[in-house]
Amino acid sequence: MSEFVQFLMSGLTVGAVYALVALGFTLVYNASDVVNFAQGEFVMLGGMVTVFASAAGVPLPLAALIAVGVSIVVGLLLYWCAIAPARGASAVTLIIITIGASILLRGAAQIVFDKHFHKLPSFSGDAPINLLGAAVQPQSFWVLGGTAVIVLLLYLFLERTLLGKAVLATAANRLAAQLVGISTATVMALAFGGSAAIGAVAGILVTPITLTSYDVGTLLALKGFAAAMLGGMGNPLGAVAGGLLLGLLESFGAGYISSTYKDAFAFLVILGVLFAAPQGLFGRRAVNRV
Amino acid sequence: MRSLSRRSKTLIALAVVIAVLPLTFPSSYYLRVAALVWVSAFAAIGLNILMGKAGQVSLGHAGFFGIGAYAVAIGPTHLGLPSVAAIFIGTLLSALLAYLVGRPILRLKGHYLAIATLGLGVLIALVITTESRWTGGPDGMPVAKLTVFGWRASGSDVWYWLTGTMLLAGAWVALNLDDTPTGRAFRALHDSEVAARVAGVDVNRFKLQAFVIAAVYASLAGSALALMNGFVNPDQAGFLHSVELVTMVVLGGLGSVVSSIVGAAVLIMLPQMLTVFQEYENFLLGLIIIVSMIFMREGIVPMAWKLMTRRRA
Repeated sequence: MSEFVQFLMSGLTVGAVYALVALGFTLVYNASDVVNFAQGEFVMLGGMVTVFASAAGVPLPLAALIAVGVSIVVGLLLYWCAIAPARGASAVTLIIITIGASILLRGAAQIVFDKHFHKLPSFSGDAPINLLGAAVQPQSFWVLGGTAVIVLLLYLFLERTLLGKAVLATAANRLAAQLVGISTATVMALAFGGSAAIGAVAGILVTPITLTSYDVGTLLALKGFAAAMLGGMGNPLGAVAGGLLLGLLESFGAGYISSTYKDAFAFLVILGVLFAAPQGLFGRRAVNRV
Repeated sequence: MRSLSRRSKTLIALAVVIAVLPLTFPSSYYLRVAALVWVSAFAAIGLNILMGKAGQVSLGHAGFFGIGAYAVAIGPTHLGLPSVAAIFIGTLLSALLAYLVGRPILRLKGHYLAIATLGLGVLIALVITTESRWTGGPDGMPVAKLTVFGWRASGSDVWYWLTGTMLLAGAWVALNLDDTPTGRAFRALHDSEVAARVAGVDVNRFKLQAFVIAAVYASLAGSALALMNGFVNPDQAGFLHSVELVTMVVLGGLGSVVSSIVGAAVLIMLPQMLTVFQEYENFLLGLIIIVSMIFMREGIVPMAWKLMTRRRA
């Protein structure tokens, strides 16, 4: 039982990070149809900027705030300098642009920071909390709580504010949204900025557990993309569910089957799900227009 | 010259370039870079059949490249096979794998196809990295030199000619494909899958064929690179290498053999030139990819072609 809880908690913790990356993917995808492979780099930026700001003597909460700010600026720059000028390009071209952006950001991080691994102190100590016989790191609760807060805030924003409705309208039908006077360019910039902020928060929350370095973004982007797909691309709740599910699969797979193939489970499951349900678990069936 | 088809002209031009280029090289380093270009171009030509002709994307093609590369590494070292047999087995394995997973994968569309092929590539790379008893793990392993009837292929000039010939053969096959029923089916598929199906094209079969052909090209290129380098490592099967191959195809221009070669040349030579900038290398590479994709959306070759014909008109 304690073993089960242990795997459950570590799976949920990792899964929460995947969920946040997938959520960022979904936000950008809904607003602009772009699959942003640079999404993982925001997680890297969040962690790295916080590490280096706090090493420079800035108190941790302020350092975290700076990191989120930096990531938002980078996200907006990504939209204005790389995505907006390429409007109308094919999906593959846009994917290559975002992959180029992720290589660029990694290169920039390597220059500005360094190539070593870095750690942040846990937010509330390292004494493990006993949960049904399992020793759980307090930071896990920060990750899970932070994810819940972000999902809730995003939900409130989308459902309760005019700007949020504009985002939903743009996601539903860009042309129609434009016709009723919504500035879709603003919505897209907002989506990139927002997804950058979400990614950065994920990076800050998880760095005390998993460490960070300039190149953590790639694998996170792949897993986040996989999670978003698992949940059905474009469905925010599906993205969160997909992320958590992926984290749990990895954790239980590593615990009960094979830890050397931990990273493989995610992709095996993706392939399995896509073979059985080509639109993801919670995706709508796409209808082809001829 | 009028009696020659465009296909023959392309092949002759390519042969002339391959033959004349070494005369301009000041050192054997250039021969090595050029051989790298030929190998990558070979893989890109294959991928371009899948992407440019059949209109399907693969973000995991380096996986097949890796299978070819590791076949010539593992075969001679662990199984005592001659390299030539190992090349053949690697190709067969790649083709078989592509055939088996191709059918369910190619039913998917758009981003779902992208993630499925990506997953396939990542899985192959993971197996290579993890089975270190056979593959040497993340550090890679040495590859025995290619020996044919007692003759050992080594030296950058030998490999320049070997890879150059290989590229020529690959280009010849790809160009000929255009005028076969299969090639025409691919084009129909690319333009509109629904229309192709309505016109009686067995869409799934031809997609699968393109996938297998592309896998075979990648596998052969992988074997050639491994034998040339005398070393393999898992990066050759990794996600970033898959992206590099896709970028070659898109950057050069979809659907043409010449474009694939140009795309490969640009993407292989850029990092070689950028090594001068050392730690700025990744930053600049990313920047160049973004800028060229924004301003040359259709690829370098179609863009240059457009500029040339516009000037003439």
